[in-house]
Amino acid sequence: MNANVKLGLKQRYSLLTRGLDWETTYQPKEKIFPYAEFEGIKIHDWSKWEDPFRLTMESYWKYQAEKERKLYAVLDSFAQNNGQLGISEARYVNALKLFLTGISPCEYQAHRGFNHVGRHLPGVGPRVAAQMQSLDELRHAQTQIHTLSHYNKFFDGFHEFTHMHDRVWYLSVPKSFFEDARTAGPFEYFIAIGFAFEYVLTNLLFVPFMSGAAYNGDLATVTFGFSAQSDESRHMTLGIEVIKFLLEQDPDNLPIVQKWVDKWFWRGHRVLGLVAMMMDYMLPKKIMSWREAWEIYFTEAGGSLFGDLARYGLKVPKYADIASAEADHISHQNWCTFYQYSQAAGFHTQLPTAEEMDWLSEKYPTTFDKYYRPRYEMWAQMEKDGKRFYNNALPQLCNVCQIPMVYTENTDPSAVSGRVSEYKGDKYHFCSDGCKDIFDDEPEKYSQAWLPVHQIFQGNCGGPELEDVLKWYRLNIGADNLDQAGSPDQKMWDQWMADRAGVGG
Amino acid sequence: MPRIVSITLQNTDDARPIIAAITEDNPGLVIHSYPGIVKIDREGSLTVKRSSVEERLGRDWDPQEIHLSIVSMAGNLDEEDDYFNLSWA
Repeated sequence: MNANVKLGLKQRYSLLTRGLDWETTYQPKEKIFPYAEFEGIKIHDWSKWEDPFRLTMESYWKYQAEKERKLYAVLDSFAQNNGQLGISEARYVNALKLFLTGISPCEYQAHRGFNHVGRHLPGVGPRVAAQMQSLDELRHAQTQIHTLSHYNKFFDGFHEFTHMHDRVWYLSVPKSFFEDARTAGPFEYFIAIGFAFEYVLTNLLFVPFMSGAAYNGDLATVTFGFSAQSDESRHMTLGIEVIKFLLEQDPDNLPIVQKWVDKWFWRGHRVLGLVAMMMDYMLPKKIMSWREAWEIYFTEAGGSLFGDLARYGLKVPKYADIASAEADHISHQNWCTFYQYSQAAGFHTQLPTAEEMDWLSEKYPTTFDKYYRPRYEMWAQMEKDGKRFYNNALPQLCNVCQIPMVYTENTDPSAVSGRVSEYKGDKYHFCSDGCKDIFDDEPEKYSQAWLPVHQIFQGNCGGPELEDVLKWYRLNIGADNLDQAGSPDQKMWDQWMADRAGVGG
Repeated sequence: MPRIVSITLQNTDDARPIIAAITEDNPGLVIHSYPGIVKIDREGSLTVKRSSVEERLGRDWDPQEIHLSIVSMAGNLDEEDDYFNLSWA
């Protein structure tokens, strides 16, 4: 009898990776996996976990090594060739400063988070998937830092990214997002990051930054981005497998999972407001508007996704309609905030040009000219009068998303949106129903949040004056902050362009 | 609402035969070109066939090599030795 039967990929993978786990006998299972039960998630059969990408460790190392070789070759070449001279305009680099201080430390947080759940889930399939993702996220942190280190040689605002991430007011927005997830149980973490962030919302983070890089001559970031995105595809399949697995294991999991999907969609939407602002205001050459990106990657793609998951009883996230309506406002509201607080930020801002305002009018026909153009025109006049506006008051922050309370009611864009809860005798303030719901579900957790503005007022951030706080941030005053016009970055760039125009020597 | 599956590939020499194979084997595609990438959308499902890619590439090809070219995807994944398929139920 001929026994030379070739096994298919699924079978080979199963034989190579299953049966390596064991039932514990020296210690009870609850002691080895102490976080597996408290969230109320019921798992009856861990073997039902299906690895969507059947990558053995051998294949993983092979493909990752190949990606690294290609990426670092491009980064070396970019550095040798002074690739930074090829960007569209100097001010593009501010998008990269926001990325390195805001996103890269979160990649490291994701690395730690997946490392943790990779230990604490009782099922061997998801443990391995989480461990691979943990390695990927560390890779992303490293490759982002490496890519952007070249810009650090020339431009301000990159030099203290980890220190700033832990302290600066706007960076607490992405930081608290990840800390919220990491301090949750393993199942919530998996839904928060694996599903909501890495599946539902990931394209809204990466496509704007990476396409923005491509449109603005930033070869280094483009190459990093595409290299990382190939890892992201694996992360996306992990996210969708997590949610299907939990929903298939027990119908009692549905309301818990729904609550997490609602929460993390909303927290993700709030963090992505920074990306919205980047797309609409910080790219000299624009790819598309935030509104357009939202249509493609949430309304359409999310529509297909939630249509597929409806068979489990899962609904489209709560407040998705509010988030979609906000897509016409959020980028403008955020940019108006950063414009006026530029003295306290680690990157430069500037007013949109006349051409940019016409583009914004076209992309936002119902909101830009009515609510936002007048503000920019007023500030432009103030600049002409030599009184470029900087707001010297500290804003109230939302207790959950930690963003200044600048958002407006869905029904009335001239009314600030604010909600309040009371807990143990104190009042807590929120920008929206979405954030208030999150607080009300776990007030003990969110009442402990480290809020930058509160901390400044409590005297924990270096001193009572703005200058004290900026020094505590390790922000280089007069270099990292203030308007793009007159910045050392701009002066350096203008000199490069003048040099390029000359004969040389 | 139509259930659109999607695959986004880098615009590189490695990916070109894959993109060509997908285009040939999956009628009704909508292809979007953005800088450095190609986003391929299709209603319902989309399959990358090993044999199709090998025809165009001129050598043996493991569907897992797609990892070097893929940027993003949408849909439930079914991965096998001879194909890579995305679909919504």
